[in-house]
Amino acid sequence: MNGSIFVNLPFIVVAVLLALGFYTIGFKRNLIKVVIGIEILEGAVNMFIVALGYVKGGYAPIYTQAPPEAAGKMVLPTPQALTLTSIVIGVAVTALMLAFAVNIYKHYGTLDVTKIRRLRG
Amino acid sequence: MMEHLPALMIAIPLFGAFTAPLFKKHYKEVSIWAIIITGITVVLSLLLAKEVVTGGIMVYVFGADKPTLVLPSGYSVPIRIMFEVDAMSAFMAISATLMSFIGAIYSYSHVERETGLEKYYALLMLLEVGILGMVLTGDLFNLFVFLEIAGIAGSALVGFRNYRGEASEAGIKYLIVSAVASLMVLFAVGILYGQYGNLNLAYIAKNVSFNMVDMVAFGLLFTSFAMKCGAVPMHYWVPDAYTEVPAGINPPLLVATYASLYALFRVSFTLFANVVIDLARVGWIMSILGVLTMFIGVTMALVQKDVKRLMSYHAISQTGYMLLGVGVGLTVLHDPSKLAEFGRDAMAGGVFHIINHIIYKSLLLMTAGALFYATGTRNLNEMGGLARKMPITTISFMIGAAAISGLPPFNGFASKLLIYETSYRLNPLLTVFAMVTSVLTLASFVKVFASAFLGPPLEKFENTREVPKPMIIAMVILAALCILFGLFPNLVLDKLVYPAVDALINSAQYHSWGGLA
Repeated sequence: MNGSIFVNLPFIVVAVLLALGFYTIGFKRNLIKVVIGIEILEGAVNMFIVALGYVKGGYAPIYTQAPPEAAGKMVLPTPQALTLTSIVIGVAVTALMLAFAVNIYKHYGTLDVTKIRRLRG
Repeated sequence: MMEHLPALMIAIPLFGAFTAPLFKKHYKEVSIWAIIITGITVVLSLLLAKEVVTGGIMVYVFGADKPTLVLPSGYSVPIRIMFEVDAMSAFMAISATLMSFIGAIYSYSHVERETGLEKYYALLMLLEVGILGMVLTGDLFNLFVFLEIAGIAGSALVGFRNYRGEASEAGIKYLIVSAVASLMVLFAVGILYGQYGNLNLAYIAKNVSFNMVDMVAFGLLFTSFAMKCGAVPMHYWVPDAYTEVPAGINPPLLVATYASLYALFRVSFTLFANVVIDLARVGWIMSILGVLTMFIGVTMALVQKDVKRLMSYHAISQTGYMLLGVGVGLTVLHDPSKLAEFGRDAMAGGVFHIINHIIYKSLLLMTAGALFYATGTRNLNEMGGLARKMPITTISFMIGAAAISGLPPFNGFASKLLIYETSYRLNPLLTVFAMVTSVLTLASFVKVFASAFLGPPLEKFENTREVPKPMIIAMVILAALCILFGLFPNLVLDKLVYPAVDALINSAQYHSWGGLA
């Protein structure tokens, strides 16, 4: 009973973060908060992949000074590699979104998404 | 040499993109550099298509001793990054490179008054890299990476005119949509990885069991890619992005949208091809989504006053035709007799419509860009009598408008006829909507033609002249392609479209990496 909760805890956190992220994107009016919402979503997805990559009894795939019992038990580091890539991409996306937000504030004088609506129809 | 083509397709525009910023302040040189690089990629993509159509699927494994070695070093499952090019990928690659080339030529004059052009061209080539990567890859995670590259480069280009607040507004909208869509793609990739322990498309497709969790992954992938390709109800970003982006970027941006459509097809046809039961339902969803998309798109287009915005709504509407054609094919995918009877032709219509639409919509958006270049406005009510001043733009516009409305002998007719004929076999109601949409399209383009080009010459446009040569060349190439594809549709159908459709249908070939493993 206790064990299953602990094993699934990361996934519960992922679900909560996903819900939080979508809520922030959908219902917050400040553009910066929308950007934060996307960051939360990204954190959720990254955490999901890292949590998937955990194998009970596995060893980190570092061959230098690996203990003898690690032979044949090293995990494939793909999820970690995916997460690193995704984090790097996320930084670029965030930087660009914040740059847009700065530019929008310069031209519109507000960050309220309900008022940034010159394009319509 | 030939076996390295898939890698070169990415490497060359990437090289171009990262060397472009070195041409700081040398705007003429950097635009010529971009034209050269994109020109080379056009040649490469044609070579690639030739190789694939004659020799079957091409596989390129990065970092292996030999690029065709799917399972190097005695692995039992593919682990390395892999490109897998079938006829459908080659078809999309040709569209992407051709349109980037046309966009680069057009941009030579269109954005000459702007600053920061070295970054503009760097982003253009980066956008091309993103699209090419998406259509050539055989790896799900790679798909996500290139989706993000295309999304970032595309939205940066949408916001390129940063002295306009509207450009930033459209840019952030596009970026938010693409960021959320890509994150959901990554989430789905994570789900699939957790189940099958692999990221290779072909490997997962062979093992997919379509349990509950797979369904969630499929739903996420379907929704995200539908969102990125501008299907209703997630279409709201399309008009903003297409309107604010400089007209020279419109062609590659269109292809970027359809690269997502390609990914949607790839997921439905290749990744979940072995799932027999539910595929018909997915096909129906796709067809109905298509009909809704085309109808809602065109009705919103009718009321627009901004010429580029009007055309952008038509872009949404035309995406519906592709979804309808391919959706009809997907509905009958596991019914061999119906598939041979009309399913294959329906898909051919949908796939053919992709390239046709890319050509004529780019042409139309470029003529809109030319109008903006010459008059400084995009408002239809302020234009008038421009036919005398800009004859070549006028003729290009007429050809594009005739093609989008599906009038013979232009290319839109060729693919729309295939879609009408085949969707009628599935359900006549689908065809009725498709045809009504076509009529409404014609109506709204007649309106544009009348208000922008016809009428008495206005005093304020007395000094307006025809746009510079590079823009004309780009428009004339596309207009010529419109006529060429319309007069000889069989040429394109046999050489490119039917191989692409067969590649989608015969997923077994793709699953075995073209028989290599």
